[in-house]
Amino acid sequence: MIMSGGLYSTEVQDFDKALDLTKVKPYGDTMNDGKVQLSFTLPVPEGPEAIQAAKQLLRSMGMDNPQVVFSRQLTPGFTFFNCYGNLQHTVNFSTIHVPKVESQVMDMCQVDEYIKEHIGRKLVMVGASTGTDAHTVGIDAIMNMKGYAGHYGLERYEMIEAHNLGSQVANEELIARAIELKADAVLVSQTVTQKDIHITNLSELIEMAEAEGIRDRMLLVCGGPRISHELAKELGYDAGFGVNTYACDVASFVAQEYVKRKMKT
Amino acid sequence: MSDSKLGLDFKKVEGARKMAGDIAGQVQRFVENYTTVAVERTLCRLMGIDGVDSDGIPLPNLLVDKLKEKGILGDGVLYFLGNAIYPGGKSPQQIAEDISRGTYDFSHHQTLPSSDAGEVLRPLIEQSVSRIRAKRLTREQSIEKLGEGSRPYLYVIVATGNIYEDAVQAQAAARQGADIIAVIRTTGQSLLDYVPYGATTEGFGGTFATQENFRIMRKALDQVGEEIGRYIRLCNYCSGLCMPEIAVMGAFEGLDVMLNDALYGILFRDINMQRTLIDQYFSRMINGFAGVIINTGEDNYLTTADAYEEAHTVLASDFINEQLALIAGIPEEQMGLGHAFEMDPDLENAFLYELAQAQMIREIFPRAPLKYMPPTKFMTGNIFRGHIQDALFNLAGIWTGQGIQLLGMPTEAIHTPFMSDRYLSIENARYIFTSFRNIGQEVEFKKDGMIRKRAAEVLNKAYDLLEKVKEEGLFTALEKGYFANVRRSRQGGKGLDGVTRKSSLYLNPYIELFKVNR
Repeated sequence: MIMSGGLYSTEVQDFDKALDLTKVKPYGDTMNDGKVQLSFTLPVPEGPEAIQAAKQLLRSMGMDNPQVVFSRQLTPGFTFFNCYGNLQHTVNFSTIHVPKVESQVMDMCQVDEYIKEHIGRKLVMVGASTGTDAHTVGIDAIMNMKGYAGHYGLERYEMIEAHNLGSQVANEELIARAIELKADAVLVSQTVTQKDIHITNLSELIEMAEAEGIRDRMLLVCGGPRISHELAKELGYDAGFGVNTYACDVASFVAQEYVKRKMKT
Repeated sequence: MSDSKLGLDFKKVEGARKMAGDIAGQVQRFVENYTTVAVERTLCRLMGIDGVDSDGIPLPNLLVDKLKEKGILGDGVLYFLGNAIYPGGKSPQQIAEDISRGTYDFSHHQTLPSSDAGEVLRPLIEQSVSRIRAKRLTREQSIEKLGEGSRPYLYVIVATGNIYEDAVQAQAAARQGADIIAVIRTTGQSLLDYVPYGATTEGFGGTFATQENFRIMRKALDQVGEEIGRYIRLCNYCSGLCMPEIAVMGAFEGLDVMLNDALYGILFRDINMQRTLIDQYFSRMINGFAGVIINTGEDNYLTTADAYEEAHTVLASDFINEQLALIAGIPEEQMGLGHAFEMDPDLENAFLYELAQAQMIREIFPRAPLKYMPPTKFMTGNIFRGHIQDALFNLAGIWTGQGIQLLGMPTEAIHTPFMSDRYLSIENARYIFTSFRNIGQEVEFKKDGMIRKRAAEVLNKAYDLLEKVKEEGLFTALEKGYFANVRRSRQGGKGLDGVTRKSSLYLNPYIELFKVNR
């Protein structure tokens, strides 16, 4: 077995090199080579035993040809590894279904036009970072005039009345303000979380909204680096926005969903 | 500075500094007439009051809340304690315990003149001052004996939520080359109007700042410092609703660095501006006397506002923080004024602008151990690119001679640092600091070039902003959202009900003692 990669791979490549979407494997430089890179730390002293332990773990993860290409003791009793291996596992890509926000993403001007044409008044959106989360970066990226990464925030939209309540807002307070401001949508941001406190926090808001009898009167949307649309739906939200989504994604969804629901009723 | 690499207009710098002095002076005239529950609790702690009652309420809170309830907080806790211990010869701790058991009878409260109350407390006051001075001396001796890292100091955070695990992480980081360990506080501690008691083993996003945690971590760092032959500094956070209280706990336990911004709580934690400005004064007096380096939080401005367009607000705020710190008796050598490397990496020549700004701050505050914050806003989860962003940040840091380099982690925006993240970040910084050690002395910036122009532009805009703030006053400037694009109202925010006007009986001899008695 080859223990270190070397500049050129001399491994025998006796596997099927055709792409099969029912049996997809990680890709290094050859179809189905299964190449994976991984780094982790083990709470053991450095040495050949540590390297052996790391390799055994890689095998347990389903990797052939496990290689520890770098290891270093971080402090006595803890060793860090950079590793490669060939994953045996495959995934059936052809049967995967992920729930997605089903609205067409429009830019700011298009959203404003859409609201003017289909709703005829400003949509009220109230946003906050809730619970003990002191980070405003997420809600600010969506709401502040300036926006983020070239996407203007909701405050700049002509047809959106945006209220950013900031950080560390209690769920009670957010709901009270949403009622007071007659919000069409409530936007909740959760940035930093530990031990899944964001889940508890997000669920609590839904429960409160239901208890207050306002759940059906407004759209509830959540966002943050650990949020996916799937998770949001599971928690009872209308939509969830994860990484690489911006104000226009949120605004497009709220406007179109609002229209869709009004048309139903 | 005669050998400016940027050709800065130092007349303008002096003008800006003078205006900031006037702004700070206006604030100080307000501050001097008021006290807060946090300041009074701090005085309790200086009097040796510590511990919690049977419900877990800290005794300083219990006592101060009782005075507030009786409507005598404006007389100050020291006036009360002077009177209370005078007849029976009890200690302040015993008085506090009597109050917690409900056995202290407020109706027998003496009414000494305030000078006599001060006289009664004098031995206790001197004892507490000596205690802080002794810690300061211990630090100075340890640094002399063990030596310390070269600047920029490498600053890393630990944030496990368990102080004993934090200690393991901190010792590992020190062995890898860290000079300063900051223990991140539990999410939301800044909004608690009390300081929790005892050791923390389960926190969210960090570990409570408590006196016991300070002690545990100080011991761990002293231990590893002896082992590796280098003094390791300990950092925590004097911000939020307990600024002076945490300062005094740090002073008692030998902390070396404290986040201690005059405006941060107002802007980013929505703490009432009157409350924070009063609290920051006493907290800084303590930090100044204890020899603690304060860190200011201007870097945070650039997480909400754009780093290119709003760079001048950072500089203007540094000027104001500097002047407020001077009033509180903090020497320049203890002012870790803040700024950050937060420009959009897609901006063309972003590094040149960052370099210009870092060099500008360096030249304007030549003696301050500037605190330089790494990229956070544009860290994306792409750890490989993040590592390069941090490398450029490290390059700007060594090039411009920053004081404290707050190391960025490749996993910023993903999780609180793993042990291995810290290792990779320290390795990154050490490699670049070694490779570029003397670049600052070798390279000059072209006359009329982009870098010089950028520095001049930021200085000019900061000057104009200070002019506006001076005219309208700091309170109004905060109401108008001049800093970080955040607006705060004078009567809004948390903690205003803990602010009280001092009565004619009010007593706080520490203010004079900390100023003159270095």
